[in-house]
Amino acid sequence: MNAHAIDEVCSFQEHSGALAAFWGDVGRNMGGNMRDIQVSEITETVARLSQEANYYLPEDVLDALKKARRDEEAPRAQKVLDMILLNSEIAAEKQIALCQDTGTTVLFLEIGQDVHLVGGDLTKALAEGVRLGYKEGFLRNSMVTQPFSARLNTGDNTPPIVHTDIVPGEALKITILPKGGGCENMSRLAILRPGDGKKGIIDFTLRTIEESGGNPCPPLIVGVGIGGTAEHVMHLAKKSLLRKVGEHNPDQEVADLEEELLELVNASGIGPQAWGGRSTALAVNIETHPTHITSLPVGVNLQCHSARQKTAVL
Amino acid sequence: MSKNITTPLTDEALADLKAGDEVLLTGVIYTARDAAHRRIIEAVGRGEAPPIDLKGQTIYYTGPTPPRPGHIIGSAGPTTAYRMDTFTPTMLELGTKAIVGKGGRSKEVRDAFVSHKAVYFGAIGGSGALLAGTIKKVDIVAYEDLGTEAIRRLEVEDFPVIVVNDIYGNDLLEQGKSEWKRTVAPR
Repeated sequence: MNAHAIDEVCSFQEHSGALAAFWGDVGRNMGGNMRDIQVSEITETVARLSQEANYYLPEDVLDALKKARRDEEAPRAQKVLDMILLNSEIAAEKQIALCQDTGTTVLFLEIGQDVHLVGGDLTKALAEGVRLGYKEGFLRNSMVTQPFSARLNTGDNTPPIVHTDIVPGEALKITILPKGGGCENMSRLAILRPGDGKKGIIDFTLRTIEESGGNPCPPLIVGVGIGGTAEHVMHLAKKSLLRKVGEHNPDQEVADLEEELLELVNASGIGPQAWGGRSTALAVNIETHPTHITSLPVGVNLQCHSARQKTAVL
Repeated sequence: MSKNITTPLTDEALADLKAGDEVLLTGVIYTARDAAHRRIIEAVGRGEAPPIDLKGQTIYYTGPTPPRPGHIIGSAGPTTAYRMDTFTPTMLELGTKAIVGKGGRSKEVRDAFVSHKAVYFGAIGGSGALLAGTIKKVDIVAYEDLGTEAIRRLEVEDFPVIVVNDIYGNDLLEQGKSEWKRTVAPR
């Protein structure tokens, strides 16, 4: 590089420094509404949510289990539901995990676009929250490394699976869904033909539940995604599980399909633990998304009766 | 009415059990799940003896949460049994007489329960906090490095299970479904 070129580079650097300072001022002026959130606060929140989610069933789930118990006709199924409800009381009272499978820690973040995360790396802060929460809460570490060979326990249930949405506003919403392996392992994806229509969706969903039998620990919450692409439809199915039990999709046609599927699932006879009965599912939640002219993707993600989740808003 | 049964299970006790029977187990049972099964089967494949004598024993598929101070075990409910299907015929050949888990078994495994005169009990998945209360003593007896998946010797008292597969080939999952299935009028 000759002397002249070096001068030019230096001159550009000075120039770009000035530009950066200028844009920085503009940024500061325009960003007057940015809200700082310390990532250490996120760590503390995730640690707390890990424990609370694993000890206490959400009210809507408890109410749905009690309703299922009232409506159940099979004597054996009635006893199973009684024991599930008793288990939730013992877990809450003794502060021990509802289920020994305290799950893969799935975290859903809704990050307001006016939030500025400061004080560290978000991904590390979330993992630290899981590590602390599982250790201090006497929760089981269930994550293993290299999935097809070593399978060594990571020793702290990290890493969590993290989904983020950027939304308007200056709040940060964190929802934890500790997802047990028994039900997660029964997830299924089908890319149907558009002509298969509603009947194809019903047949695939029912077949998934029939073949799963007692493995996902019924009574279930059945999460169904319809539309989008292969990976997006599975995401929709999982996300539908965040909805409160008993709430329907706002689209009436989708809500009708939820009702129809729930009736069919509960006519299967599978029942709690697949030992026979009426209460195979507490709810069917469907989320949809526009899709390609050639496609009809359907994803099913089953949630066991230990439907643990907890939300905090910072 | 529940049947009170003490482990190790005798042939007479096993002969008396039918799919759907409610049982309260008292005595010693051993925990083993995915990783412990793999190790047992590999050891046997090398011509070694399994780390515990399985003759007449009951195996419980569970991986408990760590105990709080002052407790002997954390939450300890059953895990899904089909993952152990490939190992189960060998476990029965080694003398295992009863298994406790959740969910159904393959046809091959159900046939193996009949030919080995052994039973498969179901415990309620997701009731680990409740079941922990029936566990009175815990000792790790093998594969401690596996952590939650180590083999533990449990002493249980009135541990509630139900007979899912009996020695006669009956299957509670099939029976329950056919009894409670109903048809829905098309919309």
